[in-house]
Amino acid sequence: MSHRDANVADVPDTSLIRARGLTKAYGAVMAVRGIDLDVQRGEAFGFLGPNGAGKSSTMRMVAAVSPPSGGELRIFGLDPAVDGPAIRARLGVCPQDDTLDPELSTLENLVIYGRYFGLSRAQCQAKAAELLDFVALTDRSTDRVENLSGGMKRRLTIARSLMNDPDLLLLDEPTTGLDPQARHLLWDKLFRLRQSGVTLVLTTHYMDEAEQLCNRLVVMDGGLIAAEGSPTELIREFSTREVTELRFAPDDDHEALAEKVADLAERIEALPDRLLLYTDDGEAAAVAAHERGLTPASVLVRRSTLEDVFLRLTGRSLVD
Amino acid sequence: MTSAASADPARPASAHRVGPLARQFDYWATAYRRTWKGSVISSFLLPLLYLAAMGVGLGSLVDHNANNDALGGVSYLAYIAPGLLAATAMQTAVGEATYPIMGKIKWNYVFHAMAATPLRVRDIVVGQIGYIAFRVGTTCAVFLAVIAAFGAVHSPLGALCVVVELLVGLAFGAPIFALTARLDNEAGFALIFRLAVIPMFLFSGAFFPVNQLPNGIEWLAYVTPLWHGVVMSRDLTLGVATLWPTLGHAAYLLVWGGVGTWLAVRGLTRRLIR
Repeated sequence: MSHRDANVADVPDTSLIRARGLTKAYGAVMAVRGIDLDVQRGEAFGFLGPNGAGKSSTMRMVAAVSPPSGGELRIFGLDPAVDGPAIRARLGVCPQDDTLDPELSTLENLVIYGRYFGLSRAQCQAKAAELLDFVALTDRSTDRVENLSGGMKRRLTIARSLMNDPDLLLLDEPTTGLDPQARHLLWDKLFRLRQSGVTLVLTTHYMDEAEQLCNRLVVMDGGLIAAEGSPTELIREFSTREVTELRFAPDDDHEALAEKVADLAERIEALPDRLLLYTDDGEAAAVAAHERGLTPASVLVRRSTLEDVFLRLTGRSLVD
Repeated sequence: MTSAASADPARPASAHRVGPLARQFDYWATAYRRTWKGSVISSFLLPLLYLAAMGVGLGSLVDHNANNDALGGVSYLAYIAPGLLAATAMQTAVGEATYPIMGKIKWNYVFHAMAATPLRVRDIVVGQIGYIAFRVGTTCAVFLAVIAAFGAVHSPLGALCVVVELLVGLAFGAPIFALTARLDNEAGFALIFRLAVIPMFLFSGAFFPVNQLPNGIEWLAYVTPLWHGVVMSRDLTLGVATLWPTLGHAAYLLVWGGVGTWLAVRGLTRRLIR
C-alpha cells in the first residue's frame, strides 16, 4: 500500500470521496471487500446492487459513522477516523430508515436538527421555512411527524439533511417503499438539487431511479464493485443496444428453442416464460427467429436498460 | 434553493462557537415541554403518597409505641422524608435511563439522527445525562420544599440535598444508561426494577436503619449508592452532617456516576458507530 500512500500525499486531491481498497467486516462477515472510489464535486453518483451487496455499509463509512476495517478513506480530504465531526458538519445524510423524532412537529424536527450543527435559532428558523417550502410541507409545519405519510416523511428527511447546506448529500435508498407519485415528486426535488450544484451520492435498487438521477454509477455485488460508468456506458459495455423478448407457452422446451437461435444474438437467456436475445438489431433477430421456425406467442423488441446490466452482473438468483 | 447552490457555503462563524451541549439544549427543552406534566404525576405524587402514608400514618404508630433511639431521637416522618427524597432521585434517574433511552436507540432512532451530525457519542451521552440530572434536580427540589412544609427539614443545610440528589441521579442514571445501551430489548428493565430498584428502595436505609438488617445484608446495603444518598440527605436535613463523611459519600456516588458515564459512552458507541 505504500505507493498509494505516496500518491495521496503528492497529488492535490479534489475528490469529495476517495477510497482505496476500502473494506468493512462485521465479525467474520465481510460486507465490503476492497473497493476504490472517487466522487468529484457536482456529481450525482449511484451505488446499485442487490440487498447485501455492501452499499449501505459503504454509505455508513462515507457518512463517518462506521469506521473502515481496512484500506483508506478520505472525505473532503479528511480522515473520518480523526475528523469525524468536521466531516459530518459538511454532510447531509438521508438514512434508509427515517430517523425523524415522531413526537416532534415537522418544523421542530428541522430546527432542532439544525441546532446540532451549531446554527443559531434564527438561522435554523429561516432555513427550515425555506426547506419546508422546497419540499412542499409548509402547511404541515406544526403537524406531529407521526401523522405524516411515508412520502411526506421522506421529503422531510431530505429537507432535514439540507439544514446545514451540505457539500455532499448522502441518500440511502431514498424512495424505497414509496408510491409512484411520491417517488416522482422526490426525484423532481433531487433533480433540482443536482441542478443547483449539490453533489449527490445515493444507493438504490431501482434502475429507473439510477438512470434518472445518476451521471455515474457503480454496480456492487458481494462487497465488490462489479462495474463502473455512466448509465449509457454500462449498457454499452455489459449489454447490447436492444433486446428481443420472445414469449412462449410455459410448457415449450425453452432450452431447445434457445439452441435454434443461438447464433442470432450476442447472448441468449432462457427464462421460464420467454427467451431474451441480446442484439444490436432486435427487429432483424425477431425476423430471423421466425425464419428458423420459431412461433412465439408474442414478440417485444426494446432497448437495453440498466436492469439488463444489473441482472447480467449480479445474476437472477435471489440473494438474502 | 439558492443557498444549497453555493458549492462551498461560507459557514456562519457561530457554528464553531456553540458547544456540543448547547447545541442539544433546544432538543431537551422541547422534550421537557412535552412531558413535564406527566412526569409531575409519576415522579412526585407517588413519593408524596408514601410520605403521607408512612411518615404521617405509620409514623404516628412508630413514634408512640417504639423507643426511637434507633432513629436518632427524631420523629419517624423526619427520619424517612430525606430517605424518600433520595429514593425519588433514584427512581427518577432510573426511569429516565431505561425506556426513554431504549426508545432513542431502538424505536425512533433519535440517537442515530444525532450521530449523523457533528455531535460525538460522548456529547450525546453527556447531554442525555445532563437532562436526567435536570429532571432529578427539579423533581427533588419540589419534593424538598414539600417535606420542609411538613416540618421534616430541621436545618438550613437541608437545602444542599438538591446537590446530593443530583449525585444520586448521576450514580443511578449513568450506570443504568450503560446497561440500557447493552440491552437488546426492554424485557431486562423488569429485572432492573425487581432486583435492583425495589430492594434498594426498601433496604437502603430509607425506612429504617440498615444496622437492623442481618449482618451480610447490612454490608450489601452499604455498597448500594442509594444508602450513601440516604445518609447524606438525612444528615443534612437533620443538621448533623459532618464534612469528611459527607465528602466520602459524595465521592462514592461520583465514582458510580463517572464509571457509569464511561461505560455508557462505550455501550452507545457500540450501538451507533458500527
